[in-house]
Amino acid sequence: MSAPASDIQRPHGLFHGRLPKAAAALAACALSAAAVANTSNGYNLPVGVTQMSRDIYDLHMEAFWICVGIAIVVFGAMIYSLVKFRASQGAVADTTMLHSTKVEIAWTIVPVVILVVMAIPAAELILKMEDMRNSDLSIRVTGYQWKWEYQYMDAGAGIDYFSTLKQDSNFARQLHSGIDPNSVQNYLLDVDHPLVVPSGTKVRIILTSADVIHAWYVPDFALKRSAVPGFINELWFKVDTGKEGIYRGQCAALCGRDHGFMPVVVDVRTPDDFKKWVEEQKAQIKQAAAPTTEAPGAEAPGAEAPGTDAPVAAAPRSAQALN
Amino acid sequence: MAQDLAHDTAHDSHDDHNHAPTGIKRWLFSTNHKDIGTMYLVFSLIMFFIGGAMAMVIRAELFKPGLQIVDPERFNQMTTMHALIMIFGAVMPSFVGLANWMVPLQIGAPDMALPRMNNLSFWILPFAFTILLSTLLMPGGAPAAGWTMYPPLVLQSGDSMPMLIFAVHLMGASSIMGAINIVVTIMNMRAPGMNLLKMPLFCWSWLITAYLLIAVMPVLAGAVTMLLTDHFFGTSFFNAGGGGDPLMFEHVFWFFGHPEVYIMILPAFGIISEILPTFSRKPLFGATSMIYAIASIAFLSFIVWGHHMFVDGMPMAAQLFFMMSTMLIAVPTGVKVFNWTATMWRGSLSFEPPMLFAIAFLFLFSIGGFSGLMLALTPVDFQYNNTYFVVAHFHYVLVPGAIFAVMGAVYYWLPKWTGHMYNMTLAKTHFWCSAIFVNVLFFPQHFLGLAGMPRRIPDYAVQFTDWNMVSSIGGFAFGASQILFVILIVQCVRGGQKATDAVWDGALPTGLEWTLSSPPPFHSFTVAPEIK
Repeated sequence: MSAPASDIQRPHGLFHGRLPKAAAALAACALSAAAVANTSNGYNLPVGVTQMSRDIYDLHMEAFWICVGIAIVVFGAMIYSLVKFRASQGAVADTTMLHSTKVEIAWTIVPVVILVVMAIPAAELILKMEDMRNSDLSIRVTGYQWKWEYQYMDAGAGIDYFSTLKQDSNFARQLHSGIDPNSVQNYLLDVDHPLVVPSGTKVRIILTSADVIHAWYVPDFALKRSAVPGFINELWFKVDTGKEGIYRGQCAALCGRDHGFMPVVVDVRTPDDFKKWVEEQKAQIKQAAAPTTEAPGAEAPGAEAPGTDAPVAAAPRSAQALN
Repeated sequence: MAQDLAHDTAHDSHDDHNHAPTGIKRWLFSTNHKDIGTMYLVFSLIMFFIGGAMAMVIRAELFKPGLQIVDPERFNQMTTMHALIMIFGAVMPSFVGLANWMVPLQIGAPDMALPRMNNLSFWILPFAFTILLSTLLMPGGAPAAGWTMYPPLVLQSGDSMPMLIFAVHLMGASSIMGAINIVVTIMNMRAPGMNLLKMPLFCWSWLITAYLLIAVMPVLAGAVTMLLTDHFFGTSFFNAGGGGDPLMFEHVFWFFGHPEVYIMILPAFGIISEILPTFSRKPLFGATSMIYAIASIAFLSFIVWGHHMFVDGMPMAAQLFFMMSTMLIAVPTGVKVFNWTATMWRGSLSFEPPMLFAIAFLFLFSIGGFSGLMLALTPVDFQYNNTYFVVAHFHYVLVPGAIFAVMGAVYYWLPKWTGHMYNMTLAKTHFWCSAIFVNVLFFPQHFLGLAGMPRRIPDYAVQFTDWNMVSSIGGFAFGASQILFVILIVQCVRGGQKATDAVWDGALPTGLEWTLSSPPPFHSFTVAPEIK
């Protein structure tokens, strides 16, 4: 069976009702943002479900609080001046205050120190991110206008299918469709065949494009890279065991008319469930190939995915030649 | 259209003792820095409203999920054209207009050094933008690949692409001529005794900006020309199939694009450095370090372009380099903000409209600076990149940053230009509406971006509805508020209480422009003033 597909990661309208009024929102949201301990709550980054996404979230919050600290000092000084030194209150300007080398050196050095404090953890994270070694599963992801192709390697070799926006979203998103997007489940964030990956496994994505530049983006994995035609970008993620579920993102690089309509959906399953899924896919490929003994490439995978529409026809490999 | 409005806003022709042509010829053949400055400013105001109308279409479409008004292709045209028009049509010409008006007045010169080129550099613009805007009516529509024009997507454009490229070439030529004119004027026409360090900060900021323009506009021209040959002449600069590299375009583009960002903010720094001391009744704190800060920012702007491209794939060493060089920009920018704060400290503050805009600039530009610092951190940028967080960031530095500075400058010098005071109540209403609604418009976009809404999408998942509605309401209100600005300017041009030479008598206006009559004589300083 498929993994639990409850859409806990990006619930609809989670922040309805409890929002401070727009004016107060600035301060209040800044404070409450830190208190929330789950993936995106509607106004902050998702904490995510990988070690990397948590590290990135922490760095984001560190940078945020440093900025809040600086803002309190600087805005405080400005507001104090605005209140205290008003001509209407009889304030007299101190026109001898022209410059102060000591003060100016201080407010050059202090920011440098703050920047170094921020840069060190950031640099460490970059090193971790770029470490592609020891992956357990590689998947080649290819962007097309306007869908994604997922080709498995390693244990999943031979599995190859397209992932496109689900039909109900596609109908509702047409101009003057008359369909209320609120009535469509996971509007614009659901596909016919999600990418299926195992949890607790280092998955390496080999990313490219067949036409224009796209970007593969899953907020809960803190993962975003451009898919560039003719070039390959590598990235990796490892979803925590126990965090199986469906994670949703979108294309994040303007790629033409339907840029807003090529979601990225990742179905994370336990390694056992993933193994089962791979076997089912391979059995189907064999079955589809049997009558003609053609090379794999006309299979219809993803039949297991919840609420699947009619299977997509996979493109022959020749269609994937780069440019 | 520019012509008609230019007539409306022309200052009194009280000083036509010098055989200047009248009527339409006065404007078409003008070699006068003030008339050309006026034309630049009116042109940029018109473009501000055209680009703003496109923003209204964008915000109306994004008011709720589902497509209601435009199809996705038209939406992409709107975002692309909005950016091109606001950057090249509104912000940049408004700064050139201010430079035209104020540089000769502030350095004690009779006019710009190269008046005929001045005329040419302005009159190119209406043609460039007519070409650009005409693509909206063409089959296939306007450019829709984003103002960044990334290939291969932009190569899929129809006839709009050569039109766009020709328009960009024209705008670039205009900018380079304007920049050369400003450099030559500042270098050669300063009043005797005005050495560079005595020069007003606005002129300083423009001098450095002009060098940035001369350095990078040819780079943009080269990049778009390579697009043109890729599309029409079978070259493969950016085509991987022919041995090219799509990312090379991004590198070349952002080598132009990042200094371009500072081209749009350095003159604003100059303006704020003029307004704050006047209404704090206290000289600018650390004026020399302000100049060094601008110069450092300008230098750093050439070595940070890679931060626009972290997600596009970059060697680890490059990621580290661009992260650190970008973070370094926070230091001179911080120095500027601290110096402005110190200028107000122990001053004697009053809150005339220019001062209100300058104070709003200080707060809101700083917010844009904070989000910029966060964006510089490469690992987190993988989350922020191409989401509404970026949209919020650059709109914070461009709208309450650059555009508020331009509005502050207009409120500061309009009485000098027209000889009339304007309606203070209307100006303050315009300020408060703008300052409040700009935050309603852009602050929620931080939340949208962090929650994962990509930019440049015409439709969105339903969990993004609430903040988009708030943002759209703020957008409509901000747009409507700008009508007050036009009413005020038209009223002020038509008449009003006579402005004195110093205009802001109660405050502390310093600088040569306040020694001339309001409005200044046709040839500004016919006798160079002596600077002690």
